[in-house]
Amino acid sequence: MEIFDIFLLEAVLNGLLLGGLLALLSLGLNLIFGVIDVVWICYAELIMVGMYAVYYFHVSFGWPLILAMLGGVAIVALAGAALHYFVIRPVLGAEPINQLLVTGGVLFFLQAAATLAFGIEFKNLGVSFPPIVVGDISFSMPRLIAFGVALAGMLGMYLLLTRTYIGTAIRAISQDRAIMPLMGVNPGRIFIITSAIGGALAGLGSCLLVLQYDIHPGIGLSFGPITFLICVLGGLGNMAGGFIAAFIFAQFISVGGFLLALEWGYVIAFLFFIGMMFWRPQGILGGK
Amino acid sequence: MDAPMLRVEDVSAGYEGFQALFGVSLEVGAGEAVAVIGPNGAGKTTLLRAISKLIGVTGGDIAMEGRSLKSVPAHEVIGYGIAQVPENRRLFPRLTVEDNLRMGGFLPSARARYAERLAYVYSLFPRMKERRGQLAGTLSGGEQQMCAIGRALMSGPKLLLLDEPSAGLAPVVVQSIFEMVKRICAEGYTVLIVEQNIRQVLKVVDRAYLLETGRIKQSGAAAGLLASNEIRKAYLGI
Repeated sequence: MEIFDIFLLEAVLNGLLLGGLLALLSLGLNLIFGVIDVVWICYAELIMVGMYAVYYFHVSFGWPLILAMLGGVAIVALAGAALHYFVIRPVLGAEPINQLLVTGGVLFFLQAAATLAFGIEFKNLGVSFPPIVVGDISFSMPRLIAFGVALAGMLGMYLLLTRTYIGTAIRAISQDRAIMPLMGVNPGRIFIITSAIGGALAGLGSCLLVLQYDIHPGIGLSFGPITFLICVLGGLGNMAGGFIAAFIFAQFISVGGFLLALEWGYVIAFLFFIGMMFWRPQGILGGK
Repeated sequence: MDAPMLRVEDVSAGYEGFQALFGVSLEVGAGEAVAVIGPNGAGKTTLLRAISKLIGVTGGDIAMEGRSLKSVPAHEVIGYGIAQVPENRRLFPRLTVEDNLRMGGFLPSARARYAERLAYVYSLFPRMKERRGQLAGTLSGGEQQMCAIGRALMSGPKLLLLDEPSAGLAPVVVQSIFEMVKRICAEGYTVLIVEQNIRQVLKVVDRAYLLETGRIKQSGAAAGLLASNEIRKAYLGI
């Protein structure tokens, strides 16, 4: 019985670590939706691009890992800004379904382009970390790093949104876009900046994922749906809701997977999601 | 009269498939308080939106201190010293009072003087200081108008455009709104105010223009208009 408890505790703690990572992933998507009112269905494919960027900077160009990761964040931030400028901006006034389809098109475009450019074989950074053992419980180092960096990233995001002029404008524009020019704010510029920040968050996510997972063109499918569902569960566009939902989801996956089998964790998590959609379709903290 | 601060010359403007202003001309001198009065749908709000470039001007020109606003995009108009308090106040409801005021001082040139202007707005409206951490959407109507005027003052404007400040407010509050406008004028701001509440606004301003169906029909000193038979019959019900 004691062994069981230790493992259960380990599962709970690992769920906590996973929750931090998922919360970071959902933050960028929520930011974009909350501010621009468009869902980047291709969000996880931006993460895939970032993972490849880190891989090539580090393995092929020989950059130090930290520098490669900064490069990866910059690349995805640029990709986010470009996505807005070239793809979202022309359809800002269009029906939501069209906006969804156009970012869905970008998803398949990026997947196919990655397959062409990088091939379908799995790539790996080739760095390994020893596990950290505390008493009878062992943690994977990349997960611990991911948790810490994700929390720091979210804190930075919070400070940016609440303590700076640009951040205040980002919150304001989601509430009344039409009068922003009266404040001297160019709405188009705020949208580009927001998209770059959303991209940078995806880029930060890719740095953390690349430590734990192999890279391949379809990797986005492992994170895209779950990130989207977490956002919906929390209330699409509600960053605090997404934060809570990420930790709930992660516990279902981790503890559910421990009590039954790994795959069951996901089954239970998605069943919970479906149930919640009947009970609270607007999400945990959603208002509408 | 010296060269006016704001000169609106033969301006036509409107919305897609609908023209709202037909060759409107008016002037506002430095330090003046001027009203544009008229019935609902006369184009008063459209006129202010045209001055702020929120809508396109299809004919004529608008100049601030002799500089044409013709090719100036909407978000740069405030840099010319023109701040607008829009119709229905349009505060950011889920931002605090202080964040709303911060947005009013968004211009890089205004940021350096943020603390000073914030103190000034709080001295004008002590109520705003009490409520600074409160979400703007939870303020009463009168408080929202204070916050909206304060937000506009944060950019340090020379010309303040007020769009229907008394609209949608309880009669008791309306009186205090016009007191507020009076104080703003006394502070030395140049004011162009658009109002349906003609009797009240004419007591506050120096001059006024009567706008009907997109055209200026009459203009003159406020006292004169208040006494004019036409306006008394048509708008004051006397």
